[in-house]
Amino acid sequence: MRLLPDIVSYEERLKSFDWSLAVTELGYVKEDIINIGWYCSDRICLKGNADKIALYYESFGGTEKSFTFNDVRLTSNTIGNFLINLGLKNEDRICLFMDRIPELYFSFLGILKIGAIVQPLFSAFGDESLYIRLENAQTRAIITQRKHLPKVRKISHKLPFLEYVIVVDPVKGKSLEKNEVAFILHETPSVEDFKIFPTRAESPSVLHYTSGTTGQPKGVEHVHYSLISQYLTAKWVLDLHDNDIYWCTADPGWVTGTSYGIIGPWSLGITQCVLDAGFSAQAWYKFIEKYKVSVWYTAPTAIRSLMKAGKEVVESFDLSSLRHLSSVGEPLNSEAVVWSGKVFGKQFHDTFWQTETGSIMISNYIGMKIKPGSMGKPFPGIVGVVLDPKTFEPVPEPGKVGLIAFKPGWPAMMRGYWNNHEKYREKFVNGWYLTGDKASIDNEGYFWFIGRDDDVINTAGHLVSPFEVESALLEHPAVAESAVVAKPDEINMEVVKAFVTLKPGIIPDKELELDIMNFIRRKLSPMAMPQEIEYMDKLPKTRSGKIMRRVLRAKEWGEEIGDVSTLEDD
Amino acid sequence: MEKMNQDEMKNLVLNYLTKEYLEDVDEEITFDTPLISSGYVDSFSMISLLVFLENTFKIKIPGSKATPEAFDTINRIIALVNQYYV
Repeated sequence: MRLLPDIVSYEERLKSFDWSLAVTELGYVKEDIINIGWYCSDRICLKGNADKIALYYESFGGTEKSFTFNDVRLTSNTIGNFLINLGLKNEDRICLFMDRIPELYFSFLGILKIGAIVQPLFSAFGDESLYIRLENAQTRAIITQRKHLPKVRKISHKLPFLEYVIVVDPVKGKSLEKNEVAFILHETPSVEDFKIFPTRAESPSVLHYTSGTTGQPKGVEHVHYSLISQYLTAKWVLDLHDNDIYWCTADPGWVTGTSYGIIGPWSLGITQCVLDAGFSAQAWYKFIEKYKVSVWYTAPTAIRSLMKAGKEVVESFDLSSLRHLSSVGEPLNSEAVVWSGKVFGKQFHDTFWQTETGSIMISNYIGMKIKPGSMGKPFPGIVGVVLDPKTFEPVPEPGKVGLIAFKPGWPAMMRGYWNNHEKYREKFVNGWYLTGDKASIDNEGYFWFIGRDDDVINTAGHLVSPFEVESALLEHPAVAESAVVAKPDEINMEVVKAFVTLKPGIIPDKELELDIMNFIRRKLSPMAMPQEIEYMDKLPKTRSGKIMRRVLRAKEWGEEIGDVSTLEDD
Repeated sequence: MEKMNQDEMKNLVLNYLTKEYLEDVDEEITFDTPLISSGYVDSFSMISLLVFLENTFKIKIPGSKATPEAFDTINRIIALVNQYYV
């Protein structure tokens, strides 16, 4: 039976849209308590779905687990209770530094239930990336696994605010260090009744970190009211229905993994599944077949990798359960949209949004014509434009490139950058929120992505700051100077490329290249690791000594170098 | 340089991967442990693994051969290396 799309008609929704629709559906009363932890567990149970499966979990090793919404309620209560007993309280920052294990998902809600702020960090981060973010947020506790303890131990002595390192899978008989505490969920008595902290609409909820061109990563502050946007966009864009089995492939270390890997689907009472493993086309298709995934939200890099694996692999699995496909993270190329239509019988629907926006802003909707390669149109209630980069006024002509901007005021919009009001203020001009991305709008209102308006590198949907990588490179004993730019890549869209000059007497060779690569991977993260290192005698600089990244970038992209009048002479 | 035997080659790769990628000292990998598909080694690291193999065995592996499937176990990696290691 064909389902009526949740959005029914995009055009009709535009005519009479109001966010109060979601407010009413969620039963939220203005000024009253709103707590995402409660909405994603207790409320679903109260609606009669306590025994419905909330999570199917599978690890690479074959461990399979399933949890009902009542399990989610109890486990998040239990974790919340444990945190309270440690003395943690509302507005404390509590970091999640774990692989995609069930404890990660339950802890996310448990932290919110005590009114504290969740700080999810990608578990592949190196110690330096971890340190910068914990230090910036003055994080009071971190919940982690023993496999990540060495990284935490390496930096915890430099973090005076970090009081507790909570380990969810300690080895029996192995002692923990001074500030480390064991918490084994299945050995802890379940907490049936838990007093949820009375958070309000503007109470802080989640603190995700994102990278910019300059400076250190910024903590993007979200509030409990973000639920309104996340609930409705999950319903209308991802088209989640009661009987769907939903798979969001994003890691909750990134905003997609929380907004649409936890909050959106669970506030709707949807069953979702998680595969905690690396990428493999065979394993992914097998997972879809096994769990009968009907709604799939993934990333262009993964889709391009699946394309590379070939049509034959697809044909050896029964993927007939798939009903709706969406994509996020980078622009989805038209070839991928056309390919998915051919092999899955369904085209991927591209979506565009950012850590700062908290929820989907531009999308292709079920029932609306897809123009392959286009980002789609703004979500109802979202005013999206492209601005002239000089005047910051909306560009009236179709097809002209400008800066993507939104009129502030949607519920999930960030409320600030942690401890950095100046950077936050810089994101607004003439009453518009500037995304830092460029696009054009065609004569039918479809947005077409062009690229970033800054030097930030988007690799497989992850933003990497060239500044952060350059700074880390300078800490390598052989490196004198560095410049980092994006390099085009068939699968990841962009990858990190580093240009370095070496200290006197250091001979450039392949051994050193490998050493520098691994140095950055361990320190920052795998995606920040340069995929190519080019040794140079000198870097292009202005006469005032500033490295001209754009000259190097232009070379990588085969573009015109542009004005080089300020380039220093040889 | 004297040509290494298969066991020596496998152990060299195993030691490198253990040192670089296994965060938990209690974890162990074997020649058949899935690396990329398990998540032990991320897909971004395939390039550094390729550089390691080329440096260690003094070979050149075409980028097109460095796929997640070819790099998924130490046995498969060595099978790939054997095509170029003479």
